[in-house]
This record gives sequence, structure tokens and C-alpha cells, in this order.
Amino acid sequence: MTPGYFNGTAASFRTQLHPVDEVGIKERAARLATRSIKKSSKIEGLKLALSMIDLTTLEGADTPGRVRQLCAKALHLHSTRPELPLVAAVCVYPTMVRIAREALKDTPVKIAAVATAFPSGMNPLEVKLEDTRYAVGEGADEIDMVISRGDFLRGDYGRVADEIARVKQACGRAHLKVILETGELGTLDRVRLASDIAMEAGGDFIKTSTGKIQPAATPEVVLVMLQAIHDFHRKTGKKIGMKPAGGIANSKQALHLLVMVREVLGPDWLTPDLFRIGASRLPNDILMQLEKERTGVYQGGDYFSND
Amino acid sequence: MTETTTISKGSDWGYAPAPESTDHIRLKDRYGLFIGGKFTPPASGKYFKTINPANEKVLAEVAEAGEKDVDRAVQAARKAYDKVWRKMSGRERGKYVYRIARIIQERSRELAVVESLDGGKPIRESRDIDIPLSAAHFFYHAGWADKLSYAFPGKRVSPVGVAGQIIPWNFPLLMVAWKVAPALACGNTVVLKPAETTPLTALLFAEICQEAGLPDGVFNLVTGAGATGAALVKHPHLDKVAFTGSTEVGKTIQKALSGRGTKLTLELGGKAAHIIFEDATIDQAVEGIVNGIFFNQGHVCCAGSRLFVQESVEEEVIAKLKARMETLIVGDPLDKNTDIGAINSRAQCDRINDYLRIGVEEGAELFQTHCAVPSKGFWVRPSFFTKVAQSHRIVQEEIFGPVLAIQTFRTLNEALEKANNTPYGLSGGVWTDKGSKIFKVTRGIRAGVIWANTFNKFDPTSPFGGYKESGYGREGGRHGLQSYVELA
Repeated sequence: MTPGYFNGTAASFRTQLHPVDEVGIKERAARLATRSIKKSSKIEGLKLALSMIDLTTLEGADTPGRVRQLCAKALHLHSTRPELPLVAAVCVYPTMVRIAREALKDTPVKIAAVATAFPSGMNPLEVKLEDTRYAVGEGADEIDMVISRGDFLRGDYGRVADEIARVKQACGRAHLKVILETGELGTLDRVRLASDIAMEAGGDFIKTSTGKIQPAATPEVVLVMLQAIHDFHRKTGKKIGMKPAGGIANSKQALHLLVMVREVLGPDWLTPDLFRIGASRLPNDILMQLEKERTGVYQGGDYFSND
Repeated sequence: MTETTTISKGSDWGYAPAPESTDHIRLKDRYGLFIGGKFTPPASGKYFKTINPANEKVLAEVAEAGEKDVDRAVQAARKAYDKVWRKMSGRERGKYVYRIARIIQERSRELAVVESLDGGKPIRESRDIDIPLSAAHFFYHAGWADKLSYAFPGKRVSPVGVAGQIIPWNFPLLMVAWKVAPALACGNTVVLKPAETTPLTALLFAEICQEAGLPDGVFNLVTGAGATGAALVKHPHLDKVAFTGSTEVGKTIQKALSGRGTKLTLELGGKAAHIIFEDATIDQAVEGIVNGIFFNQGHVCCAGSRLFVQESVEEEVIAKLKARMETLIVGDPLDKNTDIGAINSRAQCDRINDYLRIGVEEGAELFQTHCAVPSKGFWVRPSFFTKVAQSHRIVQEEIFGPVLAIQTFRTLNEALEKANNTPYGLSGGVWTDKGSKIFKVTRGIRAGVIWANTFNKFDPTSPFGGYKESGYGREGGRHGLQSYVELA
């Protein structure tokens, strides 16, 4: 057993608490939502958002066929718009990584796998590490892990940090996204603390949610996490990525997210290397908006493929 | 390990211009005075131009009221008071005030655009703050009109009479509302003088009074500059004067009224202390600092213009404040994404630039953001000074622009002492996550309004006003009614 990377340092997290004022966060998030994104700015913003999507299917009922369809969608968003960017990645369960690997061979689209007993995280560390190693072995470029909310809420921050550090080790070259599952954390103060722990412990990205719990990527939660990333960068010089996921279904939400990233972290973060959006329905809404900008009229849902 | 070297460059994605349409705005070429329910030309035949401070283009010509016009307006108000308004039941009066509130809401888009055109404030603020708050003040006071005896239990409540009201250019329509709504609701009639650089929404308000069927002479409007205001204050038949503006003019008015029975309320300058403790929610505090000093280009009497930061978080607060300020969009007030609009007038712009020069000469260190500003019009980039002392003029005097003076402190008592060491006492602010500290500070600062973990929040139910050279009398809430009633 590797000695606990963060054992005994829980106290230091407590002394470095960054309290968050919920009223202030709500106001700021609402203010950022009033940015008016029109015309060229809208088109460019939507294309940028497309390039940042982790196209996701995480159902118990997923089949190889469905995953292949998803990969096809990732490579052919819209047949009449070849100039559109590809999505950043597809996000699947570990057993589907091999299928996705075949379908996405020699393409720039990355494969992300959820691991560590997603979505609950209710398994022993060894099982989580094995889950991670399996997904990486199958060809995953990125691992989306969940933190142990039970340990976190109990105040056992050292254990949470240690687990993240161990999973990071198990990832090898794969990038690690740490899912906080903010809908189970209860307060923005805890969202902030979990973000700080995840970054300190070695996560490359912090991610809001599994998509299985509501509320998920609310603007307030996203804003708090972006501010945590900003502070971490100020202190360490390291750029940590951000991935909101869960309930992001329309273009307006996507543009609001880009506005938040731009104004809190700056343009450096407006790249798929540092910002992702976990979504399944979002691409079609963006396509619909882009087609509307091109033709002046909205097209029915049946003109966009559902995969 | 994070392979930071492989991170691709971020996109330069930004916001395209998003100007609010002005197609629906129909301004007249020339506006007369509004006296006795009608627009009439001034006796002198003189008019002055009002311009758009964002491009210096003339928007309209406005009548310059002289002594004769002011006298006519006061007489009209007196007549309306004696014949109609004082006799009307509170319930009936309230109906008119409600009607005005509703018409403000109906015409809110037009009013917001004209407010931004004439005054230079960003459309986001006029649309989301000035105009809705103006309507809210009329709604709030309309409710009081027939309940005044409940506001002052055990007293007999009657109106004061004819009120002369002089308002500033920083919140043109909102100041109309603060002044006119309680006056009318309490049964007084009004002669109002708006600022010479921002008369247009007050003139639209006169139209609204016509539209609401307000009895002739209850609301009268005389436009003009300082001389018009002086003529109004001098008029012997006023029962009440209410002034919002500079401390200098406030003192002149108080002198002019000495020895007369005329009631007076003054809402004057400020130099608010904004105190950030080390246990504050720093990101939100930075928002509060920005809102405190850059709201309305800093043309706010209660602006948080003196910042006190606890020394242990100074570096963090200043780094974050700089980063946040660089994201502020300065420019076309009508663009929906503009955060900071135009300085209200050339004179004010010169004044602010003088203070920027003075601050540097006094040895303070100036930081300004790097945003581009338009070539025409009046602009000042968001600015702050560090290395300042209590003895500096930029700390002692009201600049009334987007200029913040930052000092540090070590202990709570030091912060309070510095906060109170000013001739002003209008507002203040405190940021800490600790409730008990909030109470200690808010009780320790001698100012009319103190915000905790927020700044520049206004509501018609909350009294507003100052201590010391920030004036006296309260506006808003139950306290605000007191200035417009006689109690027996």
C-alpha cells in the first residue's frame, strides 16, 4: 500500500477554506447570463461549444450498436455542414471503450470512460482502481471518476484526496476528470472545498456531475468551480480544466457557460483542452440554431439525427 | 502529470455589438416648461441644448426657466394644492400615483433608452435598475396615500404644501421618483427642477402625468441650470425644499432658506468606506467593490469610493480586482453588453481627470484598465489608487467618477477609525463571513446606509439619507414620508 498521499493534511484544507456567498454567486451568475450574444458572436460561440462537447451515453441499456451510433454522430454531426468542428470526445462506460476505440480509430475524437464505480462510487478503493486500470487498458484517453461523497460529507477530506491521487496514478497517461457530484454536496461552500481538494490531489479537470442526480451543472455551481480553478492557477501556475455536465441541453445554456469561462478564467480556457461540456442532447440544439442562423428559419427536430 | 505544454491556445471568441434599438424613440426637437398641466414656452424665449455624452450629438433643445417662469410654476402648484390636491381623499390621490407607476412600466423601454441617451449610463442599468426602481417607488408610495394615519399612529397627518425639488443628473428619472412619489402621495404639489444635462426623462415624466390625468398644476417642471434652481429656492411661497446634489450647493441652499419656515431635506455627497475583512468571501467581495465604485460610472453619492482591505488579503483582493476590472466593457451606453458607459458631461469628465492627476501628484499609485474607449464623447477608464493616505485629497473629497482609493488596515478598530474620519456619512459597506463582526462594524460606522456582504442595493421601503455633510432627512420607507407631512 502506498502511504496516504494526503493523510494528516485535512486540517490544512480547513484552514484554507474559501467561503462562498450564495447570494453573491447567484447575482454574478445571473448578471453573466444577461450578456447578449448575437449574430457572428453567436455562430462562432456555438461552433466553439460544439468542439468542446463530450458526447455522452451512460445508460444501463447501452449496447455496442448504440455506442457505434454515438461515435458515428461524433464524426458526422450534420451532413450538409462539413465545416463544423468535431466534438471533443465521446463518454461511455468502461465496457464500451473497446467498441468506441474501433469506431473512432485514427480520428481526433477522444474517448472518455467513467470509472471508479460510477455513478455512486460505493465500492472499495481497490475495485475503483481496477475499474480505472481496465478502462485505460481498453483504450480510454480520459477517465471521469467520482469522488466518495460519503467520505467527503463525513469530513474525511484526507481520504477523498488520497483516493483521487491513487486513481490519478492508475490513470497513467490518461487524463483525469474528477466528478464532484455537486447535487449531493448541499452547499456552495462544499462545492468549493471539493474543487480545491480535487485539484490539489491531482485531477486534470473538475467536473460537476454524473448526470444521474439533480440539481447538476447549475450556473452557481459552475461559477464557484471556475473561481476555484482561477485561484488554483494563481497559486500554482497550473491550469485545471472544467467540465459542467448534467442538464445542459440547449444553445443558450452553452453560450452562458462560455461567457462564464471567458469572464472568470479568460480566453486561455476557451479550448477543448481546458473546457468540456458533458451532454447528449446539446449537439442537436446547437445544430438547429446554426441552421437557423444560416437559413433564417427553424427546422423541425426530425431533420437532425437522434443517436 | 498534467501535460500543460500540450494545451492548445484559447479561442479569441468575444461579443459582437448588441445595440438596443432606438427606432421607437420619438423625441421632440424642442421642449417647453411643464406648468399647470401644459407645456409652455419660457418667458425669456431662451433654450439650451441637451447632448448625448457618448457622442456629443444634440438630442433636443430644452427651455431655460427664469424667475418669471418659476413664479408661474409655484403659483400653479399653489393653486392646485388649495383647490384640488389637498382636499382630495388619500384613496383618490393614490389612484393617480398608481396610474403613474403603471405608465412608467408600460413605457419602460422608451424611458430606459432615453435615460441612456441623455445621461450616458449603460442600457443594462437603466433597463434593469433605474426604470424598474422608479416604478417601484411610485407603487410603494401609492400604497401609503390612504394609510398615512397608520404610518404615524396617534397623529393627525396633513400635507406640507408646495414643494420645490431639485434633483441631480446621476439617476435622472429615479430621482424624480424619489422626490415626486412621496410628495404626491402625502398630498403635496410639486415644482421640480431636473439637472441641466439630463432633463429628458423628467420631460417624458411630465407627459406621463398628462397621460395619467393628474390634475393640472399638481406636478410642474422647470428646466434650467443653477440659476433656475436658485430662483426656485428663493421663491417665498414654497413650504418645502428637497435637494439632492453636491454638498457645496446644499450648503448654499441651507443658507438661502435660513430664517424662513420652509422645511428642508438635503441628500448630498459621500465618500463611503467599504471594508473587506480577511474572512470575507473574496470573489463576491471583489464583485461588491466593482459594483460599489463602477456602478453608473461611479456617479453615485453612496459609491464605495474608499476601500479598506485587511492587510493579509490585500494582494489577493488587488490581483482579483485588477483581473475583474479588465473584463469590464466600457463603451456605447446603448450596447446591451456595456458595463460602463459615458461620463455624464465634459465638465464632470474634466473634474475626474483633475483628480486622477492630483492623486498621482500626491504620490499615490494609479491603475487603469486597458480597454479601448471611443474617440468621441466623455470617457474615463475604471481606475484605482493604491499607496494612498487619509490626508490625500483623493481620499477626502468626493470624485463622483470611476476612481477608487485603496488603503489597508490591520485591526477592526483601525478600520472603523479611518472609515469615520471623513466629513461625509452617507453610506458604507462591510464584507466578512462572520455575523458578529457585521454587527460590530455596522454599529461603528456613522453613515445612513450600511451594506453587509453586498453594496448599492436600493429599495423603496428602505430609508436613505446621510449624516454630517452628507445631508439630513430620509427618503424612502416610512421615514421618508415624514418630510412631506405635518403631524399634529
